Amino acid sequence: MKKFKRYIGLLGLVSMLAIVLSACGSRQSLSKQDVLTNDKASNTITWGVKADTKLFGLMDVSDNTIKGFDVDIAKALTKKILGKNGKAKFVQVTSQTRIPLLKNGNIDAIIATMTITPEREKQVDFSDSYFDAGQSLLVKNSSNIKSVKDLNKTGTKVIGVTGANSVANIKKYAPKAKVLELSDYAQAMTALKSGQGAALTTDNGILYGMAAQNKGYKVVGGTFTKEPYGIALNKGQQPMQKAINKALKEIEADGTYNRILKKWFGNVKGFDYKEAAR
Amino acid sequence: MIYILTHYWSELIQGLGYTLLSSIIALIFSTIIGTMFAIFEVLPSRTMRIIGRIYIEIFRNIPLLVIAMFFYVLIPMYVAKIDGFTAGTIGLTIYTSSFIAETVRSGINSVDPGQMEGARANGMTYWQAMSKIVLPQAFKLVIPPLGNQFINLVKNSSVLAFVAGFDLMYQGNSIASLSLDTINSYMVVGVFYLIITLPLSYYMRHLEKRLAN
Repeated sequence: MKKFKRYIGLLGLVSMLAIVLSACGSRQSLSKQDVLTNDKASNTITWGVKADTKLFGLMDVSDNTIKGFDVDIAKALTKKILGKNGKAKFVQVTSQTRIPLLKNGNIDAIIATMTITPEREKQVDFSDSYFDAGQSLLVKNSSNIKSVKDLNKTGTKVIGVTGANSVANIKKYAPKAKVLELSDYAQAMTALKSGQGAALTTDNGILYGMAAQNKGYKVVGGTFTKEPYGIALNKGQQPMQKAINKALKEIEADGTYNRILKKWFGNVKGFDYKEAAR
Repeated sequence: MIYILTHYWSELIQGLGYTLLSSIIALIFSTIIGTMFAIFEVLPSRTMRIIGRIYIEIFRNIPLLVIAMFFYVLIPMYVAKIDGFTAGTIGLTIYTSSFIAETVRSGINSVDPGQMEGARANGMTYWQAMSKIVLPQAFKLVIPPLGNQFINLVKNSSVLAFVAGFDLMYQGNSIASLSLDTINSYMVVGVFYLIITLPLSYYMRHLEKRLAN
């Protein structure tokens, strides 16, 4: 009995420590400072981009830089906001790490295939949408899955990525399917290849990139959601938000946007880039 | 923290269940397999010693994540359909067994060789002497390091998160991304791990004390 009491005491101590620590965690510091002022002073904007997503942000191992649509848009925006000599710095993020990194002040803005959703808007502020994606499915060429309806059976496993909006969507559109969440798109693709799930689901732009990279896989079912991508900023960064929205309008007006769109999506099979042009 | 606990209770309990299940399975089988390879290593037969050595050196020196990914990706592709939970648990068992083998071997080696000789001189076979005289003494000696291995095993079960094994860490990642409250989500997960490891830690200590007398 005495030992039991001691054990309870220890557990109590530990939980108290946890509560104290969590109180520390909720304090904010870096993210409260004005990002636009800081960036203008250092002449650098630090963007969080994907590094595992072909077409949007993919690490090129030959020269160790991240390349893609998001990256080029970020560079164009940086030039508009800071002037010709403005520097864009890129930090690799995943669906799961991007919001924590933004909140900690490691990055100034997220431009990483991030859908504008009401839940996320409680945590971060979004710019205007810079790309209109929609959720779709990637399957083996031989698969008999034609649309999201075919997934709504007990025992069907669907692969998604932790932190992505698409996981929540699939639970809505195919509630009977079991969702396997993997940590990034490369792992999700590997899991699809090894047959851990019947389909991989995420936004069509990302899936087209995967289909281009992996022979024997195709995108099916069209889009069953609307996923407008936005640039995410910390709450209370209105000056930066305004600057980004203004820069976005400028690159759309002067043709830079369409040029970047054509560069990345011009040759993607099944994707009509003209429809997405602005 | 309270918000995370109340809103994601069922996910957390599911995660706790899978972590516990995986840990228990891995604990039982890694102890059996580990002890087996420890005996291999002290056998008079040279071939058996080499087999034991190879097994231990391979799996002790590859990161657990790599072993788990091997079972998650390659085995379903070429051998049998296994899900993330099974793949992760197999990886965890094999990885831990190599450490347990080393621990138990050191225990066997520190038992006075006279014990084995005496047992054999009294007419016991090698296996009788090993199982009735040497191993009981060896286990008594290695209880503290074995306890460390068991605690590591529970913590290492978080590898399941990377192969979609629905364990505590997986649920933690999922909750963190749903609630967007990273700090509190992982804090809760940490407390849930303590719920498993603290009693285990206490039990090993208790066992150590009881066997010392």
